[in-house]
Amino acid sequence: MTNKQITLIKTGVFLLALTPFSLLLFRGWNNELGANPIETITNTTGIWTLRFLVITLAITPLRRLTGQAILIRFRRMLGLFTFFYASLHFLTYVWLDQYFDWPFIIEDIAEHPYIIVGFSTFLILLSMAVTSPRFMIRKMGKNWKNLHRLVYLAAFLGATHFIWQVKSDIREPLLYFALFSVLMLLRIPAVRKKTPLLTGWFHSVKV
Amino acid sequence: MLIKRSANIEQLSDIRPSEITSKEVYQSRRRFLQGGAALALGSGLGITSMLATQKISHASSKFSNLIKSPYNTDETLTPYKDVTTYNNFYEFGTSKSSPASMAKNFKAEPWTIAVSGEVEKPLTLDMEDILKHYPMEERIYRLRCVEAWSMVVPWVGFPLASLIKDLKPTSKAKYISFRTLHDAKRMAGQKPTLFGSGLDWPYREGLRMDEAMNPLAILAVGLYGEVLPNQNGAPIRLIVPWKYGFKSIKSIVSIEFTENQPETTWAMLAPKEYGFYANVNPEVDHPRWSQSRERRLGEFRKRKTLMFNGYAEQVAGMYKDLDMKKFF
Repeated sequence: MTNKQITLIKTGVFLLALTPFSLLLFRGWNNELGANPIETITNTTGIWTLRFLVITLAITPLRRLTGQAILIRFRRMLGLFTFFYASLHFLTYVWLDQYFDWPFIIEDIAEHPYIIVGFSTFLILLSMAVTSPRFMIRKMGKNWKNLHRLVYLAAFLGATHFIWQVKSDIREPLLYFALFSVLMLLRIPAVRKKTPLLTGWFHSVKV
Repeated sequence: MLIKRSANIEQLSDIRPSEITSKEVYQSRRRFLQGGAALALGSGLGITSMLATQKISHASSKFSNLIKSPYNTDETLTPYKDVTTYNNFYEFGTSKSSPASMAKNFKAEPWTIAVSGEVEKPLTLDMEDILKHYPMEERIYRLRCVEAWSMVVPWVGFPLASLIKDLKPTSKAKYISFRTLHDAKRMAGQKPTLFGSGLDWPYREGLRMDEAMNPLAILAVGLYGEVLPNQNGAPIRLIVPWKYGFKSIKSIVSIEFTENQPETTWAMLAPKEYGFYANVNPEVDHPRWSQSRERRLGEFRKRKTLMFNGYAEQVAGMYKDLDMKKFF
């Protein structure tokens, strides 16, 4: 695959990853966010944060399973999109939902565990986003890997943040716990050795 | 407003299912009644001419001649579209938008309510008779959900106290308990699922007798002057505006008078989070989120939640001896 092709695919993935955001803007513009638009925006950006976290965490196991090394070249971008949606989610909370009422926000964060958990998730993603440029990887050396391992914690904190505010229907949050668990399992050396590789299916694609 | 009624509610129990009027006849009769010849037919149940003019026409599903209530708020009404598309009605799915679509084909007619427990005579009420019997009022109330959003809804209904008086509960009746229809064939949200949506059907709610007799408590059969849409709890639901929305049980099929405090759905599911009283109280937070403020649908900034949802004047007296932190 030529560099030009990769750039083309990357652009496509970039635009695709922006679609949930674009759709949200489009619906907002057309007044189609329902009776409680702020809630719709909060829920949409929250759920896409979790979805991008799933997609990003799926890259490494998928690369191994399929033998497609090219996949890794999308990982940082997808990770940054996770952070992008998390930022929108956080911004929705402090701006649209609380309207920068800092005393109340601080009280809310301090008193309500699901908000603490959500905020911690955001801080982890923030620290990863800040350290994502190449020069930071070089500069941080071993520490970089340690810091970025926190993504596994972020995944479970994110799913906890979700399940903790549901009133009774926990099916959707449980799905994210299940997906994250599978993605973690695939990383355990003992499991990794036993998972069948699907590289044969992809032999025609040259990287 | 008080209207002397000669109708004896016991008579209602004598109507057997086989005698229920077919929909076609019912509808044509409604139109006929609207035509002004109400008294002649209405006299079968002893309805006064005053009452007979308060008819609903099923052709247009509109109520007419609604009595204005002194309890009405003059706050901006939440648009009809929002009131009917943003619903918590788990019998029709757990998302806000699903009841509007899942309840589309629900048949709320014919409908009966079984009355049992501590009453002089257990009986079955027919929805048709309820509509004919009680003068309907417009009640514009604030509705505050436990999820910290609120709306203003022009309900159509009548005081729960009027019905209770007619049902003649015994002196042992200390509580009134309600149940929603439990029929997964008609309410798809009640179908069992692998993890479940967590509610123990049928949905049940209850009030202390003095709460039920409070003039603010109504049974609603409509909103915005129209017959209650299915997703809002057709054909008949409770409205207790000083309590969180989940107390206002929908699609009621049974009323039971009890001596002991009845079990209520959300308190059964999470007793630490939802109590029997569920009075709107900005000072007592839900364990997981704040109740001090709320978002009025259609407004950008949150507003302060009022004690008893702004109905303290009418209801605070009932709770003066109650520890509201303990009995939330």
